[in-house]
Amino acid sequence: MGANDSEARTIPTISVTVLYFARLRESLGLGSERIELPGNIVDVDGLRDWLRARGGAWADELAPGRAVRVAVNQEMAAPASPLRGGDEIAFFPPVTGG
Amino acid sequence: MDEIRVQREDFDAGREIARMRAGNPKIGAIASFIGVVRDVNDGDAVGELTLEHYPGMTEKALSQIVEEAKARWDIIDALVIHRVGTLRPTDQIVLVIVTSAHRGHAFAACEFLMDYLKTQAPFWKKEETPEGARWVDARVADDKAAERWGIEAGNAAPVPPPGKG
Repeated sequence: MGANDSEARTIPTISVTVLYFARLRESLGLGSERIELPGNIVDVDGLRDWLRARGGAWADELAPGRAVRVAVNQEMAAPASPLRGGDEIAFFPPVTGG
Repeated sequence: MDEIRVQREDFDAGREIARMRAGNPKIGAIASFIGVVRDVNDGDAVGELTLEHYPGMTEKALSQIVEEAKARWDIIDALVIHRVGTLRPTDQIVLVIVTSAHRGHAFAACEFLMDYLKTQAPFWKKEETPEGARWVDARVADDKAAERWGIEAGNAAPVPPPGKG
């Protein structure tokens, strides 16, 4: 039994829904997904890092310094906003309505 | 009664104003704003505009913006209609109407609603130009407009201010 196996059993996951809008939706080629997030991802910035690790367009769009806004449960969120199971998290560019 | 609508259809400002003021003798002032699609942006011709939004959050954000306006000014009712989908130059995009006893509050609240909406409500514009389609960039000028009301929008900034998204 490897160290990774035992770790997988001891760190619980949380299930969240992640949405992408506008330019992000197009360049990531995805509008929404359900993610089983490792329990050590506890806030918005942690999720952003975790998604960025997918590489390619994810690494580009979510790179530090790129203007990305995040909402948790349909409220604007900060990088340190905490995440919980069942949350709906949305990533999108700065808004341009009106 | 306040009203928030996100819709594909066009709107008729005259009809909405008539409806809002019907039978209310407390209303002494009505301020309204209509945003319209222009045929040029950042120096390029725009043939068509597509507005995307975040269903659910959009309505919630607009309701919060209206609540904030009501907390700041003595207004009677506010209405916000924002269109989504495909629009063309000269089409109407957004309508804000505010009713109040006196004009000062109506003017201020109407302008506040627009400034706040532009930096906080989850809408995104994509425009068709001769060089192809492009997503419209957020403007620092819109953040500045929101800052006049004490709102640290940080919408156009690469990194948002602490405490905001």
